[in-house]
Order: sequence, then structure tokens, then C-alpha cells
Amino acid sequence: MRALVNQRFTTLAILAVVIAVLPLIFPSSYYFRVASLVWVSALAAIGLNILMGQAGQVSLGHAAFFGIGAYAVAIGPAHLGLPTWAALLIGALLSAALAFLVGRPILRLKGHYLAIATLGLGVLVALVISTESRWTGGPDGMPVARLTLFGWRVTGSDTWYWVTGGLLLIGAWIALNLDETPTGRAFRALHDSEVAAQVVGVDVARFKLQAFVIAAVYASLAGSALAMMNGFINPDQAGFLHSVELVTMVVLGGLGSVVGSIVGAALLVTLPQVLTVFHEYEHLLLGLIIIVSMIFMRSGIVPTLSSLFFQRTRS
Amino acid sequence: MKSPSTLKYMLAASAISLGFSNGALAQDTVKIGSVLSVTGPSSFLGEPEDKTLRIYVDQINAAGGVAGKKIELVIYDDGGDANKARTFATRLIEDDEVIAMVGGTSTGSTMAMVPVFEDAQVPFISLAGAIEVVDPVRKFVFKTPHTDKMACEKIFEDLKKRNLTKIGMISGTDGFGASMRAQCVKVAPNYGMQIVIDETYGPRDSDMTAQLTKIKNTAGLQAVVNPGFGQGPAIVTRNYAQLGMTGTPFYQSHGVASKSFIDLAGAAAEGVRLPAAALLVGDKLPESDPQKKVVTEYKKTYESATKQPVSTFGGHAYDGLFILVEAMKRANSTDPKKIRDEIEKTKGFVGTGGIVTMSATDHLGLDLSAFRMLEIKGGDWNLAESGS
Repeated sequence: MRALVNQRFTTLAILAVVIAVLPLIFPSSYYFRVASLVWVSALAAIGLNILMGQAGQVSLGHAAFFGIGAYAVAIGPAHLGLPTWAALLIGALLSAALAFLVGRPILRLKGHYLAIATLGLGVLVALVISTESRWTGGPDGMPVARLTLFGWRVTGSDTWYWVTGGLLLIGAWIALNLDETPTGRAFRALHDSEVAAQVVGVDVARFKLQAFVIAAVYASLAGSALAMMNGFINPDQAGFLHSVELVTMVVLGGLGSVVGSIVGAALLVTLPQVLTVFHEYEHLLLGLIIIVSMIFMRSGIVPTLSSLFFQRTRS
Repeated sequence: MKSPSTLKYMLAASAISLGFSNGALAQDTVKIGSVLSVTGPSSFLGEPEDKTLRIYVDQINAAGGVAGKKIELVIYDDGGDANKARTFATRLIEDDEVIAMVGGTSTGSTMAMVPVFEDAQVPFISLAGAIEVVDPVRKFVFKTPHTDKMACEKIFEDLKKRNLTKIGMISGTDGFGASMRAQCVKVAPNYGMQIVIDETYGPRDSDMTAQLTKIKNTAGLQAVVNPGFGQGPAIVTRNYAQLGMTGTPFYQSHGVASKSFIDLAGAAAEGVRLPAAALLVGDKLPESDPQKKVVTEYKKTYESATKQPVSTFGGHAYDGLFILVEAMKRANSTDPKKIRDEIEKTKGFVGTGGIVTMSATDHLGLDLSAFRMLEIKGGDWNLAESGS
């Protein structure tokens, strides 16, 4: 137990140090921008990992919640005159409410059926966003008012680096702690065997729903952060491809691993930037890297590497 | 660890002070940036833009560059993803330190990049269609393609001349179609147009007979307008002919102004009218036309370099690049703010899209005369006789 607490603390401390030290080697604020994108995506991926890695349920429509969070901070100030921070909270509440309402029936489904149902949810939300152009600006998207906190206008890549980095730390802290609570243990019991979990008295439906709602709130907050950072939002962020991207981050980095989600997000965000030097081979190489790491690191990058590392040190 | 970084700061400081004291020591190249959708669903727009920029930058450099400086072109492909476009825009500004940008294939990616260029105060000439790029006017943002509002006005002008006032609309729900539909609905009353039926289709739909049947059966229908781009309009055109509706005049938008539309729609495209730039009918323009020389030369250069038929989309990139280059020549400087001021003073620039005269309140600089009403006849573009 003590070792686990320490491990948790070490993980967080390393993450905090990485966030604090990275800016020292950044030559320009473009790097701040890319890193902020990594932190935002990682936040959404960590949330999805609670659902997929810990509770063992798949969601192929997670970008829907990302989109709800993003459009909340866009629509709130523009159409309803709400302050941005209030819109952010309302977005998170809306996502939680939608996840709660929809989650109950669809989480009864298993495997492919659950995947299809969540996919349907994602497509529906994306469709509403791109057709209700009076509210959302339609397929071309809409501008997002800058976040103002106590008279301080939050702009600039470096400012957003710290804001998103802070959000990620909090998100990672909660996810790491969750693992050791009764809820976290119930999630893992679900993941390993639903029947066994039910036999030992875990309320399967309730915990699945909890994981879904938590994951939705993470995605919603990440979406709000991205929208405020960009000052602009369009329906792509709520679309199917973005959902797949989030799932890829989780699976590539490692199911059930918080650090894995961050590594997965970092790879999927930075690789396209690094690979631009290869021009037309960019997509080919990106696909190749993902395929190769999935073949040789079945359980994801971080779990595979850490088990390798610990085996070495033990022997 | 400490000494190299101190050295770096000292070098940087001395470089900055040198820069202030003597401008002539600056490099002899300038960087122009571009973010285009070379791949993805908008690649039919982005690819000719990409090729055009590369061909002409090489040509300008071979001729000695602009004001003694060679142009270095930095192009990134956003794959049609607005969020990626935004990141590349930051990269162009922060990492590549470009002095100006010609790019932004779609309205979505343009709008995502606008705040970056406004904040950095670097001129951005967009290649996107919708009017919201330049309305309201933003200090550093310009664009070259005609707006969707102008396309509606041109179509309605033509309809009015033909005494047709009751129209049906069938629009794509993609960005282009939705935006143009909204503009058409807005300007229709100015031309006495009455929209008797208003249908839509999804950008990936493969059959629009249901919507067209509904339009066909609408009482009093005199003409049909189809705002959309990509493959949708080609399918609408085919279905239109299959339903035997060709007796009713049919208008497409400037969004289909590439040869591939005629290829896709085949014989069904006969008699379809659309507003488009002079570029498509360069060889049919009278000698007296001021755009004749520019459009025929662009067509020749593009087609001989790429072995592909010219489209108006590449033409927008040509216009953007040369508006910028001429502004750089006039400014005789690489200061983005001075270049911006000169872009705004562009007057009587003859491009492939029309004759451009910008002002502080007009960052597009084209009027309705920039559009020609074309009619497809014999599998080719022809100038339509107005009022016929």
C-alpha cells in the first residue's frame, strides 16, 4: 500500500517536473502550442482510459462530449451572454447529464453492440452541431470568446501551456487516486469479469454508468480548454475521426495506464508535426509507426516498456 | 550547460542589435507561408493551389526574386482539419517566421487560423470562399476568391434578366453549401426572387432523386439553384436529367468550376449555367478583355507544368501570390505591417479571378463583373448570352 502511494506520488511528481522543465528547452512559442495540444488531448484520453482501461467499456463516440464542452464555451458567451467559466461548468454538467441519461440503456450492451451504440451517439451529436447553424455556425464553425478571469484575459500559447498543464496534472491526480478507491477497485473488477464482480456484490450497472459519466466530464473539460485556447471551434472536433483518435491514444499508450494516455496523446499529436518533413509519406509513416507499435507492444507502449524494465531490474 | 546558453543569448542579443542598426545585413531570402488542404476531402481545391504556388515561386526566384530577395515557400498540409491548420499557422509564425501567408483552403481552416495572424500582425491572404472571412473586415486578413454572396447575386441577376422569379433550391449541408444557401436566402428579396422550395442533401449522399422529385412537383417552379461543391452537385445534375427536368433552367455555383464536374455529370451537364471566373473561358474571351492575357498565360503555364486541366481554385492561389508580391515590391520592405498596408492599397490588379481594387473597408476588392455567367455546351464552358 505504501509503495503504491509512493508510486502514485512519483508519477505525479515526474509529470509536474516534465511540465515545468519542458519550456526551458522550447525555442519558440510554437512548441508551447504543440505541448498544450498534447496536454488537452491527454486530459480527454485519461478520462476515456478510466472508462476503457479501468472499467473495460468501449466508447467510439467520445468526441461528442469533447464537442459539447467546446461548443458550450462558444455558445454560452456568444448567444446567452454567460461568462465563459459558467459556460464551461454548464458544458461539463450537460455532458454528465447526457452520459447519465444515455449511459443507463446503452451500457447494458456489451462488446460490439456497445461500440455501435456509442458510435451512434457520437454521430448524432456531431450531426446536431453541424446542422444547427443558427447556434453553432454550421460546418464552418464559430469563434470562441477569450476566457477572462478576474479581469485577466487568458491568451497566448505560453499562458495556455500552463493552464492546460495544470488541468492535466489535476486530471491525472484524480485518475491515479481513483484507482485506489472502492470505486476504482469496482471498476477493475468489472474489467476483469462482470459476472465475478456481480457475485461479490458490485452494482455493475451503477459503476459502469459512473465510469461513463466521469469520462464524459473529462472529455467535456478538455473540449472547453481546446476551444478557449484556439478561439475558434468547428464540428470536426466532435466528429467520428476525433473519437477514433482518442481511442487510439488510449490503446496505443496502454489501457489502464494514466501515463500511457499521456504518451499516446503525445505521440498522436507530435508525430504529424515531426513527419511533415516527409511530405507525401507523412500518412504512410504515421500508420506504419502505429501498426508496428501495436504488433510489438500489444498491451500498449507504457505497460510493455515498464514490465520490460521491471523484469530487467528484478532479474 | 550554462556557458553555451549564455553564448546563445549573447549571439541572439548581438543579432538583434545588428538587425536594428543595419537592415541591409538581413538575409537575402524572405519566407512566405502557406497552409493548404493538399490531402483530405478538400484536396481538389488544395492540390492545384499547392502546385500553383510552387510553380510561380520557382518562376519568381528564377527571375531574380522580389526586390532582390529570393522567396522561400513553406507549405504545410492540414488534411482538411481546422485544428491542425491552426497548429501549422502557429508554426509558420513562431518557428518559420514568415512575413506573410497565402493559403487557407477552406473557410473552416481559414477561420481557425485568422486569430493567429491577427495576433501576430502578419498579413494573411485566404483562398477560402465564404464571405465571413472578410466581413467584418479584419486588419490583416484578405482573400482572393469571389464570395458565395456574389455568386447568388450573379445567378439572381441572370434569372431576373430571363424573367424567372420563382426558384427552388437544393443545397449541400457541407460548409460551402450551407454558407451559400444562407447568403442566397438573404439576398433573394433584393432581386425579387421567391424561393418556393428549399431542400438539402448530405455531402456524401449518392442519390438526390427524392429531394428533386419534391422540387419538380412544386407548383410555379421556374428555375433551380444548387449551391454545393465536390461530387454532390454532379449527382444532383445527373438526377436532374434522369427526372426529365432539363426543361427548367438549372444553375450550379462557382464551387463546381473545374473540368471534373463536366466529366462526372456527363451529358446531363448540358445547358447548366453557373457563375465563374474568366479563367475557365480564357480562349473564348474577346481580345479586348483586360483579363485575357493573364488567364491564358496562367492556363498555359499551369497546364504545361502539371499536365492537368486548369481550375479556378489554383487561380485563386495565383492571385493571392501576385497581390502579395506586388505589395512587397511597392513596400520595398519585408516588414509585415508595411506589406499589409500595401496589400490594402492594391488597385486595378488584373488576376485570374477578376480585377482587384481593395480598400480599408473591402479586403476582397472584386465586384460582380468579376463573375462571368457560363453555360455548359458540348462538354465545355461557354459564355452564356445574358438575357437569353
